[in-house]
Amino acid sequence: MIRLILPPHLRTLAKVDGEVKLELEGPATQRSVLDALEARYPMLRGTIRDHVTLQRRPFLRFFACEEDLTHEPPDAPLPEAVTSGKEPFVVLGAIAGG
Amino acid sequence: MSKARVLVGTRKGAFILTSDGKREKWDVSGPLFAGWELYHLKGSPADPNRLYASQTSGWFGQVIQRSDDGGKTWHQPGTPPGEPTTGPGGAPKGESNKFVYDTSPQTGKPLTTHQWYDGTQHAWEFKRVWHLEPSPNDPDTVYAGVEDAALFRSTDGGKNWHELSGLRGHGTGPKWQPGAGGMCLHSIILDPKDPGRIYIAISAAGAFRTDDGGKTWKPINRGLRSQYIPDPNAEIGHCVHHIAMNKSRPGVLFMQKHWDVMRSDNAGDSWTEVSGNLPTDFGFVIDVHAHEPETIYVVPIKSDGEHYVHEGKLRVYRSRTGGNEWEALTKGLPQKDCYVNVLRDAMAVDSLDKCGIYFGTTGGQVYVSPDAGDSWSPIVRDLPAVLSVEVQTLP
Repeated sequence: MIRLILPPHLRTLAKVDGEVKLELEGPATQRSVLDALEARYPMLRGTIRDHVTLQRRPFLRFFACEEDLTHEPPDAPLPEAVTSGKEPFVVLGAIAGG
Repeated sequence: MSKARVLVGTRKGAFILTSDGKREKWDVSGPLFAGWELYHLKGSPADPNRLYASQTSGWFGQVIQRSDDGGKTWHQPGTPPGEPTTGPGGAPKGESNKFVYDTSPQTGKPLTTHQWYDGTQHAWEFKRVWHLEPSPNDPDTVYAGVEDAALFRSTDGGKNWHELSGLRGHGTGPKWQPGAGGMCLHSIILDPKDPGRIYIAISAAGAFRTDDGGKTWKPINRGLRSQYIPDPNAEIGHCVHHIAMNKSRPGVLFMQKHWDVMRSDNAGDSWTEVSGNLPTDFGFVIDVHAHEPETIYVVPIKSDGEHYVHEGKLRVYRSRTGGNEWEALTKGLPQKDCYVNVLRDAMAVDSLDKCGIYFGTTGGQVYVSPDAGDSWSPIVRDLPAVLSVEVQTLP
């Protein structure tokens, strides 16, 4: 079970409170977590990754276990603490602007 | 008694303002979609309870919202509240924010690049929806003008969007160049008498028309003069800010260009300047009285370098002669120390017997004139910067 924390605006869009819990069949990676998230909450498609290229939106970042995983390859395994559900995978809106 | 419902898009959410036909006392609801940029909201003429909204964010991209009950509840088309979020076979719904340019070999092959600020070619990249224009006849058909400039259409209530790629592909697309605000398709006018005829405008490419429902297009910019274009007969490259039409006279168009107020009496085939005695002819909005097709409104802005009203005075200018002769409308509007702008989609007219005029400012005020501009009062004063104003006249 993967625990996932979304930024407030995306929680509003998905109509969820607090953490999202996802069950994955295969290995936990950025790609598989986001695939599972979008399958369960299709209104989030296009909001974290571009619809077509599946590239991360520039002002969003991924964190877990107090590490910035944003630039890790999308198919790299996530830390064991995330896979086991001990630590959440965090999608964060970058501080940008003034 | 008839009612007015004003749909306001702002930098930080949407607001709905309602009043009876007197338009003196207003209820304000919102913010809807708080914290997001609402570039545009508009109701269907065929079903006033059907509203569409463009919700967008630099962080999270584009979302299309729809209401089927006049704005009380909203949902993203494709994922109605209470329904499963996946379709038959587990296929995900929620495609309403998917705007994909046509790249098919048949129709999309040449539509690869446009001109960038430095003159080089640049790939088309979808950024946001600037304007939503519902069909006058079918609540499920709606057009979207987007940045980078293209026209999309949905015929299923906003669930799926398909590009009318004949516009980008008609030939001049590689020469289009973004204006300071991006390369946006911001104006869409559907001819109420001829379903095949659509007018659109793009900054900074110009105005275009189709007569066959969007298959083929042609530039309609003859007569426009832009100082920054060396060729006085340039077919495209003009920074058209907005165009407007009275429904009873679909062949007559009015335009606020970057500089210059223009009119066309032949469906855009040629334009003549009607700036006349305006104190400055730079501006963004232009609109036409609902019942008097020669009565038009603009809000002059000081200059392209100073995007606020001239002389610190918020003045709407009205011409009852279709241009050239203008009068300043000031009653109820601030006449000192005012430095707001009125953006291109932030003016609207209702169709009550006594035509009401509405506009919103970058300072967060929304003003109404229930007497065609003679006097004004603020409906609200302290909203976030207003991006768009539309009004529905309800029975």
